[in-house]
Amino acid sequence: MSLYVDIKKDFGSFKLNVRFETSGEVTSLLGASGTGKSMTLKCIAGIEKPDSGVIILNGRTLYNSEKHINLPPQKRHVGYMFQNYALFPNMTVRQNILCGMHNQGKEVNKEAKLMEIAKKLKIEDILRHRPHQISGGQAQRVALARILVNEPEIILLDEPFSALDEHLRNRLQVEMKENLVEFNKEAILVTHNRDEAYILSQNMVVLSKGESIVQGKTKELFEKPIYLDAAIITGCKNYAPCVVKDKHSVEVPSWNVTFKFKDEVDPLINYVGIRAHEFAVDEKENKNNIKVLEVIEQPFEMQVRFKYEKQSEESDELFWTFKKDSKPFTDAKHLGIKSNNILLLIG
Amino acid sequence: MNLFPLWNSLRIALIATVIIFFLGVFLAYIVKKCPKVAKGIIDVVLTLPLVLPPTVCGYLLILVFGPRHPVGAFLQTMGIQFFMDWKGGILASVMVAFPLMYRTSRGAFESFDENLANAGKTLGLSNTYIFWRIRLPACKNGIIAGLVLAFARALGEYGATSMLIGYNQYRTATISTTVAYAWNNNDTTTALIWVLINLFISAVVLVLINIFENNNKKGAKL
Repeated sequence: MSLYVDIKKDFGSFKLNVRFETSGEVTSLLGASGTGKSMTLKCIAGIEKPDSGVIILNGRTLYNSEKHINLPPQKRHVGYMFQNYALFPNMTVRQNILCGMHNQGKEVNKEAKLMEIAKKLKIEDILRHRPHQISGGQAQRVALARILVNEPEIILLDEPFSALDEHLRNRLQVEMKENLVEFNKEAILVTHNRDEAYILSQNMVVLSKGESIVQGKTKELFEKPIYLDAAIITGCKNYAPCVVKDKHSVEVPSWNVTFKFKDEVDPLINYVGIRAHEFAVDEKENKNNIKVLEVIEQPFEMQVRFKYEKQSEESDELFWTFKKDSKPFTDAKHLGIKSNNILLLIG
Repeated sequence: MNLFPLWNSLRIALIATVIIFFLGVFLAYIVKKCPKVAKGIIDVVLTLPLVLPPTVCGYLLILVFGPRHPVGAFLQTMGIQFFMDWKGGILASVMVAFPLMYRTSRGAFESFDENLANAGKTLGLSNTYIFWRIRLPACKNGIIAGLVLAFARALGEYGATSMLIGYNQYRTATISTTVAYAWNNNDTTTALIWVLINLFISAVVLVLINIFENNNKKGAKL
Protein backbone atom coordinates (compact mmCIF):
# COMPACT_ATOMS: atom_id res chain seq x y z
CA MET A 1 0.00 0.00 0.00
CA SER A 2 1.45 3.33 -0.95
CA LEU A 3 0.63 6.84 -1.92
CA TYR A 4 2.96 8.97 -4.02
CA VAL A 5 2.38 12.72 -4.08
CA ASP A 6 4.33 15.31 -6.04
CA ILE A 7 2.28 18.45 -6.60
CA LYS A 8 2.64 22.18 -7.12
CA LYS A 9 0.01 24.87 -6.75
CA ASP A 10 0.53 28.61 -6.98
CA PHE A 11 -1.59 30.90 -4.80
CA GLY A 12 0.33 34.07 -5.68
CA SER A 13 1.78 35.01 -2.32
CA PHE A 14 2.01 31.36 -1.34
CA LYS A 15 3.38 28.45 -3.32
CA LEU A 16 2.56 24.87 -2.48
CA ASN A 17 5.32 22.44 -3.45
CA VAL A 18 4.88 19.10 -1.76
CA ARG A 19 6.52 15.78 -2.47
CA PHE A 20 6.36 12.65 -0.37
CA GLU A 21 5.67 8.95 -0.45
CA THR A 22 3.94 6.77 2.12
CA SER A 23 4.36 3.07 2.76
CA GLY A 24 1.45 1.78 4.78
CA GLU A 25 0.77 2.66 8.43
CA VAL A 26 0.29 6.27 9.46
CA THR A 27 2.19 9.17 7.93
CA SER A 28 1.88 12.59 9.51
CA LEU A 29 2.20 15.93 7.75
CA LEU A 30 3.56 18.21 10.44
CA GLY A 31 3.77 21.97 9.98
CA ALA A 32 2.67 25.29 11.45
CA SER A 33 -0.74 26.71 10.53
CA GLY A 34 -0.93 28.03 7.00
CA THR A 35 1.82 25.85 5.56
CA GLY A 36 -0.49 24.09 3.12
CA LYS A 37 -1.11 20.85 5.03
CA SER A 38 -4.89 20.83 4.57
CA MET A 39 -4.53 22.02 0.97
CA THR A 40 -2.32 19.00 0.30
CA LEU A 41 -4.99 16.67 1.68
CA LYS A 42 -7.67 18.38 -0.40
CA CYS A 43 -5.57 17.85 -3.52
CA ILE A 44 -5.18 14.15 -2.69
CA ALA A 45 -8.93 13.79 -2.17
CA GLY A 46 -9.69 15.66 -5.40
CA ILE A 47 -11.49 18.54 -3.72
CA GLU A 48 -8.84 20.97 -4.94
CA LYS A 49 -6.86 20.72 -8.16
CA PRO A 50 -3.08 21.26 -8.15
CA ASP A 51 -1.48 23.28 -10.98
CA SER A 52 0.85 20.46 -11.89
CA GLY A 53 2.22 17.16 -10.67
CA VAL A 54 1.30 13.56 -9.99
CA ILE A 55 -0.73 11.69 -7.37
CA ILE A 56 -0.62 7.89 -7.44
CA LEU A 57 -2.47 5.68 -4.96
CA ASN A 58 -1.56 1.97 -4.92
CA GLY A 59 -0.46 2.13 -8.55
CA ARG A 60 -3.63 3.94 -9.63
CA THR A 61 -3.13 7.45 -11.05
CA LEU A 62 -5.51 9.88 -9.33
CA TYR A 63 -3.97 12.95 -10.86
CA ASN A 64 -1.43 13.57 -13.58
CA SER A 65 -1.21 17.04 -15.08
CA GLU A 66 0.78 15.93 -18.14
CA LYS A 67 -1.59 13.11 -19.03
CA HIS A 68 -4.61 15.28 -18.12
CA ILE A 69 -5.86 12.78 -15.59
CA ASN A 70 -7.89 14.24 -12.72
CA LEU A 71 -10.27 11.73 -11.14
CA PRO A 72 -13.28 13.25 -9.35
CA PRO A 73 -13.37 12.71 -5.55
CA GLN A 74 -16.12 10.11 -6.03
CA LYS A 75 -13.73 7.82 -7.91
CA ARG A 76 -10.62 8.19 -5.79
CA HIS A 77 -11.52 5.82 -2.91
CA VAL A 78 -9.98 8.22 -0.44
CA GLY A 79 -11.60 8.73 2.96
CA TYR A 80 -11.50 12.26 4.34
CA MET A 81 -12.13 13.17 7.95
CA PHE A 82 -12.72 16.90 8.24
CA GLN A 83 -11.67 19.03 11.18
CA ASN A 84 -15.34 19.53 12.14
CA TYR A 85 -16.21 15.96 11.05
CA ALA A 86 -18.74 17.26 8.46
CA LEU A 87 -21.60 15.01 9.59
CA PHE A 88 -24.77 15.75 7.61
CA PRO A 89 -26.91 17.76 10.07
CA ASN A 90 -30.25 16.79 8.51
CA MET A 91 -29.61 13.07 8.95
CA THR A 92 -29.38 10.80 11.98
CA VAL A 93 -26.13 9.09 12.89
CA ARG A 94 -27.51 5.93 11.29
CA GLN A 95 -28.38 7.70 8.01
CA ASN A 96 -24.97 9.35 8.03
CA ILE A 97 -23.22 5.98 8.20
CA LEU A 98 -25.56 4.50 5.56
CA CYS A 99 -24.49 7.35 3.26
CA GLY A 100 -21.04 5.77 3.26
CA MET A 101 -22.58 2.62 1.72
CA HIS A 102 -24.91 4.43 -0.68
CA ASN A 103 -23.14 3.20 -3.80
CA GLN A 104 -22.66 -0.36 -2.67
CA GLY A 105 -24.77 -3.00 -4.40
CA LYS A 106 -27.69 -5.00 -3.06
CA GLU A 107 -25.42 -7.96 -2.35
CA VAL A 108 -23.98 -6.01 0.60
CA ASN A 109 -25.89 -6.48 3.83
CA LYS A 110 -25.78 -2.83 4.83
CA GLU A 111 -27.74 -3.33 8.03
CA ALA A 112 -25.30 -5.97 9.30
CA LYS A 113 -22.32 -3.84 8.29
CA LEU A 114 -23.79 -0.84 10.07
CA MET A 115 -24.39 -2.77 13.29
CA GLU A 116 -20.94 -4.32 13.18
CA ILE A 117 -19.12 -1.01 12.83
CA ALA A 118 -21.40 0.66 15.38
CA LYS A 119 -20.59 -2.05 17.89
CA LYS A 120 -16.84 -1.87 17.27
CA LEU A 121 -16.76 1.91 17.58
CA LYS A 122 -19.23 1.95 20.51
CA ILE A 123 -21.84 4.15 18.87
CA GLU A 124 -24.78 1.68 18.95
CA ASP A 125 -26.66 3.80 21.48
CA ILE A 126 -26.58 7.01 19.46
CA LEU A 127 -27.67 5.71 16.05
CA ARG A 128 -31.01 7.51 16.28
CA HIS A 129 -29.47 10.82 17.36
CA ARG A 130 -28.74 13.76 15.13
CA PRO A 131 -25.20 15.19 14.90
CA HIS A 132 -26.00 18.22 17.08
CA GLN A 133 -27.12 15.90 19.90
CA ILE A 134 -23.83 14.02 20.30
CA SER A 135 -20.46 14.93 21.85
CA GLY A 136 -17.28 15.81 19.96
CA GLY A 137 -15.70 12.44 20.70
CA GLN A 138 -18.81 10.60 19.49
CA ALA A 139 -18.95 12.76 16.36
CA GLN A 140 -15.40 11.69 15.57
CA ARG A 141 -16.30 8.01 15.90
CA VAL A 142 -19.34 8.47 13.68
CA ALA A 143 -17.22 10.22 11.05
CA LEU A 144 -14.72 7.36 11.22
CA ALA A 145 -17.53 4.77 10.95
CA ARG A 146 -18.94 6.57 7.90
CA ILE A 147 -15.50 6.50 6.27
CA LEU A 148 -14.73 2.87 7.20
CA VAL A 149 -17.97 1.43 5.76
CA ASN A 150 -17.07 3.22 2.52
CA GLU A 151 -13.93 1.05 2.42
CA PRO A 152 -11.43 3.66 1.19
CA GLU A 153 -7.87 2.70 0.29
CA ILE A 154 -6.45 5.43 2.50
CA ILE A 155 -7.86 7.71 5.20
CA LEU A 156 -6.96 11.40 5.38
CA LEU A 157 -7.26 12.92 8.83
CA ASP A 158 -7.38 16.73 8.81
CA GLU A 159 -6.48 18.00 12.31
CA PRO A 160 -8.92 15.46 13.78
CA PHE A 161 -8.37 16.39 17.41
CA SER A 162 -8.26 20.17 17.25
CA ALA A 163 -12.02 20.55 17.84
CA LEU A 164 -11.85 18.54 21.07
CA ASP A 165 -11.25 19.53 24.68
CA GLU A 166 -7.75 18.98 26.02
CA HIS A 167 -8.73 16.16 28.39
CA LEU A 168 -10.46 14.21 25.62
CA ARG A 169 -7.73 14.73 23.09
CA ASN A 170 -5.17 12.35 24.52
CA ARG A 171 -7.68 9.54 25.03
CA LEU A 172 -9.01 9.87 21.49
CA GLN A 173 -5.50 9.93 20.03
CA VAL A 174 -4.86 6.53 21.57
CA GLU A 175 -8.30 5.32 20.47
CA MET A 176 -7.73 6.48 16.89
CA LYS A 177 -4.36 4.75 16.83
CA GLU A 178 -5.94 1.47 17.97
CA ASN A 179 -8.76 1.77 15.45
CA LEU A 180 -6.43 2.39 12.54
CA VAL A 181 -4.43 -0.68 13.52
CA GLU A 182 -7.54 -2.81 14.04
CA PHE A 183 -9.07 -1.90 10.69
CA ASN A 184 -5.64 -2.09 9.07
CA LYS A 185 -6.02 1.24 7.31
CA GLU A 186 -3.30 3.40 5.90
CA ALA A 187 -3.74 6.99 6.98
CA ILE A 188 -2.30 10.46 6.56
CA LEU A 189 -2.58 12.71 9.57
CA VAL A 190 -2.36 16.46 9.19
CA THR A 191 -1.42 18.24 12.38
CA HIS A 192 0.48 21.17 13.85
CA ASN A 193 0.83 19.32 17.14
CA ARG A 194 4.15 17.49 17.51
CA ASP A 195 2.83 15.20 20.28
CA GLU A 196 0.01 14.06 18.02
CA ALA A 197 2.44 13.32 15.21
CA TYR A 198 4.75 11.45 17.59
CA ILE A 199 1.98 9.35 19.16
CA LEU A 200 0.10 8.44 15.99
CA SER A 201 2.52 8.24 13.11
CA GLN A 202 5.36 5.96 12.12
CA ASN A 203 6.46 8.20 9.26
CA MET A 204 6.53 11.96 9.09
CA VAL A 205 6.77 14.71 6.49
CA VAL A 206 7.66 18.19 7.70
CA LEU A 207 6.11 21.11 5.84
CA SER A 208 7.35 24.68 6.00
CA LYS A 209 5.98 27.61 3.99
CA GLY A 210 4.22 25.31 1.54
CA GLU A 211 7.21 23.06 0.94
CA SER A 212 7.84 19.54 2.17
CA ILE A 213 11.34 19.98 3.57
CA VAL A 214 12.10 16.55 4.99
CA GLN A 215 10.58 13.09 5.25
CA GLY A 216 11.54 10.13 7.42
CA LYS A 217 10.68 7.87 10.33
CA THR A 218 8.87 9.94 12.95
CA LYS A 219 11.14 8.93 15.85
CA GLU A 220 14.31 9.47 13.83
CA LEU A 221 13.18 12.91 12.69
CA PHE A 222 12.49 13.95 16.27
CA GLU A 223 15.99 12.79 17.24
CA LYS A 224 17.70 14.17 14.16
CA PRO A 225 15.52 16.79 12.46
CA ILE A 226 18.30 17.72 9.96
CA TYR A 227 16.65 21.04 9.05
CA LEU A 228 16.16 24.07 11.27
CA ASP A 229 12.44 24.37 10.41
CA ALA A 230 11.94 20.69 11.24
CA ALA A 231 13.71 21.18 14.58
CA ILE A 232 11.50 24.16 15.44
CA ILE A 233 8.24 22.43 14.51
CA THR A 234 9.22 19.35 16.54
CA GLY A 235 9.58 21.60 19.56
CA CYS A 236 13.22 22.67 19.72
CA LYS A 237 13.24 25.95 21.67
CA ASN A 238 16.92 26.94 21.53
CA TYR A 239 18.59 27.47 18.19
CA ALA A 240 21.19 29.82 16.72
CA PRO A 241 23.42 30.16 13.66
CA CYS A 242 26.81 28.52 14.01
CA VAL A 243 30.18 28.19 12.33
CA VAL A 244 31.91 24.84 11.92
CA LYS A 245 35.48 25.58 13.08
CA ASP A 246 37.02 22.18 12.55
CA LYS A 247 35.92 18.54 12.34
CA HIS A 248 35.12 18.36 16.04
CA SER A 249 34.10 21.83 17.15
CA VAL A 250 31.32 24.28 16.34
CA GLU A 251 31.21 27.91 17.38
CA VAL A 252 27.95 29.71 18.14
CA PRO A 253 28.78 33.44 17.91
CA SER A 254 25.52 34.83 19.32
CA TRP A 255 25.81 32.61 22.43
CA ASN A 256 29.59 33.10 22.52
CA VAL A 257 30.24 29.41 23.16
CA THR A 258 32.00 26.61 21.30
CA PHE A 259 30.68 23.06 21.45
CA LYS A 260 32.99 20.05 21.13
CA PHE A 261 31.89 16.92 19.30
CA LYS A 262 33.26 13.38 19.44
CA ASP A 263 31.99 12.55 15.95
CA GLU A 264 32.92 14.42 12.82
CA VAL A 265 30.73 17.42 12.01
CA ASP A 266 29.33 17.89 8.50
CA PRO A 267 30.73 21.20 7.12
CA LEU A 268 27.26 22.03 5.68
CA ILE A 269 25.92 22.60 9.19
CA ASN A 270 25.02 26.25 9.84
CA TYR A 271 22.65 26.06 12.83
CA VAL A 272 22.65 24.33 16.18
CA GLY A 273 19.56 23.46 18.18
CA ILE A 274 19.21 22.31 21.77
CA ARG A 275 15.98 20.97 23.22
CA ALA A 276 15.17 22.69 26.52
CA HIS A 277 15.18 19.48 28.59
CA GLU A 278 18.60 18.30 27.34
CA PHE A 279 20.64 20.66 29.53
CA ALA A 280 21.96 19.24 32.79
CA VAL A 281 23.68 20.84 35.78
CA ASP A 282 25.86 17.82 36.54
CA GLU A 283 26.88 17.19 32.94
CA LYS A 284 30.59 17.72 32.37
CA GLU A 285 30.53 17.74 28.58
CA ASN A 286 30.23 21.18 26.96
CA LYS A 287 29.91 22.85 30.34
CA ASN A 288 29.49 26.64 30.27
CA ASN A 289 28.71 29.32 32.82
CA ILE A 290 25.23 30.85 32.69
CA LYS A 291 23.23 33.75 34.12
CA VAL A 292 19.71 32.85 35.24
CA LEU A 293 17.22 35.54 34.16
CA GLU A 294 13.91 34.18 35.35
CA VAL A 295 12.37 30.99 36.73
CA ILE A 296 8.86 30.17 35.52
CA GLU A 297 6.85 27.56 37.37
CA GLN A 298 4.65 25.38 35.18
CA PRO A 299 2.19 22.66 36.29
CA PHE A 300 4.66 19.77 36.08
CA GLU A 301 7.99 21.31 35.27
CA MET A 302 10.15 24.31 35.88
CA GLN A 303 11.30 26.52 33.07
CA VAL A 304 14.42 28.61 33.43
CA ARG A 305 15.21 31.52 31.11
CA PHE A 306 18.95 32.04 30.95
CA LYS A 307 21.87 33.42 28.97
CA TYR A 308 25.39 32.16 28.60
CA GLU A 309 27.82 34.22 30.67
CA LYS A 310 29.56 35.86 27.71
CA GLN A 311 26.49 36.00 25.50
CA SER A 312 25.89 39.29 23.68
CA GLU A 313 23.20 41.61 25.07
CA GLU A 314 21.01 41.69 22.00
CA SER A 315 20.85 37.92 21.40
CA ASP A 316 17.83 35.91 22.53
CA GLU A 317 17.79 34.10 25.86
CA LEU A 318 17.70 30.30 26.11
CA PHE A 319 15.26 27.95 27.81
CA TRP A 320 15.99 25.06 30.14
CA THR A 321 13.25 22.88 31.57
CA PHE A 322 13.32 20.09 34.15
CA LYS A 323 10.83 17.99 36.10
CA LYS A 324 9.52 19.72 39.20
CA ASP A 325 10.14 16.80 41.52
CA SER A 326 13.85 16.72 40.72
CA LYS A 327 16.27 18.79 42.81
CA PRO A 328 15.68 22.56 42.57
CA PHE A 329 18.48 23.81 40.32
CA THR A 330 17.16 27.32 40.00
CA ASP A 331 20.40 28.85 41.29
CA ALA A 332 22.52 26.93 38.76
CA LYS A 333 25.77 28.62 37.79
CA HIS A 334 26.63 26.43 34.84
CA LEU A 335 24.97 23.97 32.46
CA GLY A 336 26.41 21.14 30.40
CA ILE A 337 25.09 19.23 27.44
CA LYS A 338 26.09 15.94 25.86
CA SER A 339 27.39 16.53 22.35
CA ASN A 340 25.04 13.92 20.83
CA ASN A 341 22.10 15.86 22.26
CA ILE A 342 23.02 18.95 20.28
CA LEU A 343 21.09 19.07 17.01
CA LEU A 344 23.27 19.92 14.03
CA LEU A 345 21.02 21.63 11.51
CA ILE A 346 20.82 23.11 8.06
CA GLY A 347 18.93 26.42 8.11
CA MET B 1 -71.01 36.72 -5.10
CA ASN B 2 -68.41 36.02 -7.75
CA LEU B 3 -65.55 34.12 -6.07
CA PHE B 4 -63.44 34.00 -9.25
CA PRO B 5 -60.85 36.59 -7.94
CA LEU B 6 -60.09 34.38 -4.88
CA TRP B 7 -59.56 31.27 -7.00
CA ASN B 8 -57.59 33.24 -9.60
CA SER B 9 -55.34 34.90 -7.02
CA LEU B 10 -54.58 31.58 -5.31
CA ARG B 11 -53.75 29.72 -8.51
CA ILE B 12 -51.56 32.55 -9.79
CA ALA B 13 -49.70 32.79 -6.48
CA LEU B 14 -49.26 29.02 -6.13
CA ILE B 15 -48.05 28.42 -9.68
CA ALA B 16 -45.76 31.47 -9.44
CA THR B 17 -44.32 30.15 -6.16
CA VAL B 18 -43.54 26.75 -7.68
CA ILE B 19 -41.77 28.43 -10.62
CA ILE B 20 -39.97 30.80 -8.26
CA PHE B 21 -38.80 27.86 -6.15
CA PHE B 22 -37.01 26.08 -8.99
CA LEU B 23 -35.81 29.27 -10.65
CA GLY B 24 -34.63 30.79 -7.36
CA VAL B 25 -32.80 27.71 -6.11
CA PHE B 26 -31.25 27.08 -9.52
CA LEU B 27 -30.08 30.66 -10.09
CA ALA B 28 -28.92 31.16 -6.51
CA TYR B 29 -26.79 28.00 -6.81
CA ILE B 30 -25.38 29.03 -10.21
CA VAL B 31 -24.60 32.62 -9.17
CA LYS B 32 -22.80 31.40 -6.05
CA LYS B 33 -20.35 29.52 -8.28
CA CYS B 34 -19.81 32.43 -10.74
CA PRO B 35 -16.61 34.52 -10.80
CA LYS B 36 -16.83 37.79 -8.90
CA VAL B 37 -17.55 40.23 -11.73
CA ALA B 38 -20.22 38.08 -13.39
CA LYS B 39 -21.72 37.52 -9.95
CA GLY B 40 -22.05 41.25 -9.35
CA ILE B 41 -23.74 41.90 -12.69
CA ILE B 42 -26.18 38.97 -12.53
CA ASP B 43 -26.97 39.87 -8.96
CA VAL B 44 -27.99 43.40 -9.93
CA VAL B 45 -30.16 42.20 -12.83
CA LEU B 46 -31.94 39.57 -10.75
CA THR B 47 -32.54 41.90 -7.81
CA LEU B 48 -33.65 44.91 -9.88
CA PRO B 49 -37.40 44.08 -9.83
CA LEU B 50 -37.27 44.38 -6.05
CA VAL B 51 -36.51 48.10 -6.24
CA LEU B 52 -38.37 48.96 -9.45
CA PRO B 53 -41.96 50.21 -9.18
CA PRO B 54 -44.27 47.27 -10.06
CA THR B 55 -45.84 49.34 -12.85
CA VAL B 56 -42.41 49.60 -14.48
CA CYS B 57 -42.07 45.82 -14.24
CA GLY B 58 -45.52 45.52 -15.82
CA TYR B 59 -44.55 47.86 -18.63
CA LEU B 60 -41.36 45.88 -19.29
CA LEU B 61 -43.43 42.70 -19.48
CA ILE B 62 -45.78 44.35 -21.99
CA LEU B 63 -42.74 45.36 -24.07
CA VAL B 64 -41.87 41.68 -24.32
CA PHE B 65 -45.17 39.83 -24.19
CA GLY B 66 -47.56 42.45 -25.61
CA PRO B 67 -49.39 41.35 -28.79
CA ARG B 68 -47.61 43.96 -30.92
CA HIS B 69 -44.15 42.94 -29.76
CA PRO B 70 -42.08 40.12 -31.30
CA VAL B 71 -42.14 37.55 -28.46
CA GLY B 72 -45.80 38.14 -27.65
CA ALA B 73 -46.79 37.98 -31.32
CA PHE B 74 -44.80 34.80 -31.81
CA LEU B 75 -46.37 33.13 -28.78
CA GLN B 76 -49.82 34.20 -29.99
CA THR B 77 -49.32 32.29 -33.25
CA MET B 78 -48.70 29.22 -31.08
CA GLY B 79 -51.89 29.87 -29.15
CA ILE B 80 -50.22 31.10 -25.98
CA GLN B 81 -51.26 34.50 -24.68
CA PHE B 82 -50.07 36.31 -21.59
CA PHE B 83 -51.39 39.80 -22.36
CA MET B 84 -54.87 40.36 -20.87
CA ASP B 85 -54.98 36.71 -19.81
CA TRP B 86 -54.85 35.25 -16.29
CA LYS B 87 -51.62 33.39 -17.15
CA GLY B 88 -49.94 36.80 -17.50
CA GLY B 89 -50.56 37.20 -13.77
CA ILE B 90 -48.11 34.35 -13.19
CA LEU B 91 -45.44 36.20 -15.20
CA ALA B 92 -46.05 39.42 -13.31
CA SER B 93 -45.95 37.66 -9.93
CA VAL B 94 -42.80 35.70 -10.77
CA MET B 95 -40.99 38.84 -11.87
CA VAL B 96 -41.91 40.90 -8.83
CA ALA B 97 -41.64 38.17 -6.16
CA PHE B 98 -38.61 36.31 -7.55
CA PRO B 99 -35.91 38.58 -6.03
CA LEU B 100 -37.20 37.82 -2.52
CA MET B 101 -36.70 34.09 -3.03
CA TYR B 102 -33.42 34.59 -4.85
CA ARG B 103 -31.84 36.77 -2.20
CA THR B 104 -32.86 34.67 0.80
CA SER B 105 -31.87 31.35 -0.78
CA ARG B 106 -28.58 32.75 -2.01
CA GLY B 107 -27.81 33.87 1.54
CA ALA B 108 -28.61 30.37 2.76
CA PHE B 109 -26.40 28.78 0.08
CA GLU B 110 -23.54 31.07 0.94
CA SER B 111 -23.57 30.14 4.61
CA PHE B 112 -23.59 26.42 3.71
CA ASP B 113 -20.51 24.56 4.99
CA GLU B 114 -18.86 23.44 1.74
CA ASN B 115 -17.08 20.65 3.63
CA LEU B 116 -20.42 18.83 3.92
CA ALA B 117 -20.57 18.63 0.13
CA ASN B 118 -16.88 17.67 -0.02
CA ALA B 119 -17.44 14.92 2.55
CA GLY B 120 -20.31 13.61 0.41
CA LYS B 121 -18.10 13.59 -2.67
CA THR B 122 -15.30 11.63 -0.97
CA LEU B 123 -17.94 9.09 0.14
CA GLY B 124 -18.82 8.62 -3.53
CA LEU B 125 -22.19 10.39 -3.46
CA SER B 126 -23.25 11.93 -6.77
CA ASN B 127 -23.49 15.70 -7.14
CA THR B 128 -27.25 15.42 -7.69
CA TYR B 129 -27.69 13.42 -4.49
CA ILE B 130 -25.55 15.92 -2.59
CA PHE B 131 -27.60 18.84 -3.94
CA TRP B 132 -31.06 17.46 -3.11
CA ARG B 133 -30.29 15.43 0.02
CA ILE B 134 -27.56 17.41 1.74
CA ARG B 135 -27.23 20.98 0.41
CA LEU B 136 -30.93 21.79 0.07
CA PRO B 137 -32.00 20.30 3.44
CA ALA B 138 -29.16 22.15 5.17
CA CYS B 139 -30.41 25.41 3.62
CA LYS B 140 -34.05 24.49 4.29
CA ASN B 141 -34.86 27.35 6.62
CA GLY B 142 -33.61 30.05 4.29
CA ILE B 143 -35.38 28.53 1.30
CA ILE B 144 -38.70 28.13 3.10
CA ALA B 145 -38.48 31.69 4.39
CA GLY B 146 -37.86 32.86 0.82
CA LEU B 147 -40.80 30.83 -0.48
CA VAL B 148 -43.22 32.17 2.09
CA LEU B 149 -42.15 35.74 1.36
CA ALA B 150 -42.44 35.13 -2.37
CA PHE B 151 -45.91 33.56 -2.01
CA ALA B 152 -47.14 36.44 0.14
CA ARG B 153 -45.75 38.97 -2.34
CA ALA B 154 -47.23 37.10 -5.33
CA LEU B 155 -50.64 36.98 -3.66
CA GLY B 156 -50.59 40.73 -3.06
CA GLU B 157 -49.19 41.71 -6.45
CA TYR B 158 -51.10 44.61 -7.99
CA GLY B 159 -49.05 46.99 -10.12
CA ALA B 160 -47.46 44.72 -12.70
CA THR B 161 -50.52 42.47 -12.81
CA SER B 162 -52.98 45.29 -13.56
CA MET B 163 -50.67 46.62 -16.29
CA LEU B 164 -50.30 43.27 -18.03
CA ILE B 165 -53.67 41.56 -17.57
CA GLY B 166 -55.97 44.43 -16.70
CA TYR B 167 -59.30 43.71 -15.03
CA ASN B 168 -62.00 41.40 -16.27
CA GLN B 169 -64.16 40.10 -13.44
CA TYR B 170 -64.59 36.64 -15.01
CA ARG B 171 -61.23 36.15 -16.69
CA THR B 172 -58.38 38.07 -15.08
CA ALA B 173 -59.55 39.59 -11.78
CA THR B 174 -57.39 38.97 -8.69
CA ILE B 175 -58.18 40.00 -5.13
CA SER B 176 -56.07 43.13 -5.31
CA THR B 177 -57.34 44.28 -8.71
CA THR B 178 -60.92 43.60 -7.53
CA VAL B 179 -60.45 45.82 -4.47
CA ALA B 180 -59.16 48.64 -6.66
CA TYR B 181 -61.89 48.19 -9.26
CA ALA B 182 -64.70 48.03 -6.70
CA TRP B 183 -63.48 51.12 -4.88
CA ASN B 184 -63.09 53.06 -8.14
CA ASN B 185 -66.72 52.26 -8.89
CA ASN B 186 -67.94 53.31 -5.45
CA ASP B 187 -68.80 49.71 -4.57
CA THR B 188 -67.37 49.99 -1.06
CA THR B 189 -69.16 46.86 0.22
CA THR B 190 -67.49 44.59 -2.33
CA ALA B 191 -64.13 46.32 -1.72
CA LEU B 192 -64.50 45.77 2.05
CA ILE B 193 -65.42 42.08 1.65
CA TRP B 194 -62.32 41.46 -0.45
CA VAL B 195 -60.17 43.44 1.97
CA LEU B 196 -61.38 41.15 4.77
CA ILE B 197 -60.74 38.03 2.70
CA ASN B 198 -57.23 39.26 1.98
CA LEU B 199 -56.62 40.05 5.67
CA PHE B 200 -57.76 36.53 6.56
CA ILE B 201 -55.44 34.83 4.06
CA SER B 202 -52.46 36.94 5.13
CA ALA B 203 -53.13 36.19 8.80
CA VAL B 204 -53.29 32.44 8.06
CA VAL B 205 -49.97 32.61 6.21
CA LEU B 206 -48.33 34.42 9.14
CA VAL B 207 -49.70 31.92 11.67
CA LEU B 208 -48.33 29.08 9.55
CA ILE B 209 -44.90 30.72 9.46
CA ASN B 210 -44.92 31.05 13.25
CA ILE B 211 -45.96 27.43 13.78
CA PHE B 212 -43.22 26.30 11.42
CA GLU B 213 -40.59 28.43 13.14
CA ASN B 214 -41.54 27.18 16.60
CA ASN B 215 -41.31 23.56 15.43
CA ASN B 216 -37.90 24.29 14.06
CA LYS B 217 -36.67 25.76 17.33
CA LYS B 218 -37.91 22.72 19.25
CA GLY B 219 -36.06 20.47 16.83
CA ALA B 220 -32.83 22.39 17.30
CA LYS B 221 -32.98 22.30 21.09
CA LEU B 222 -33.42 18.54 21.45
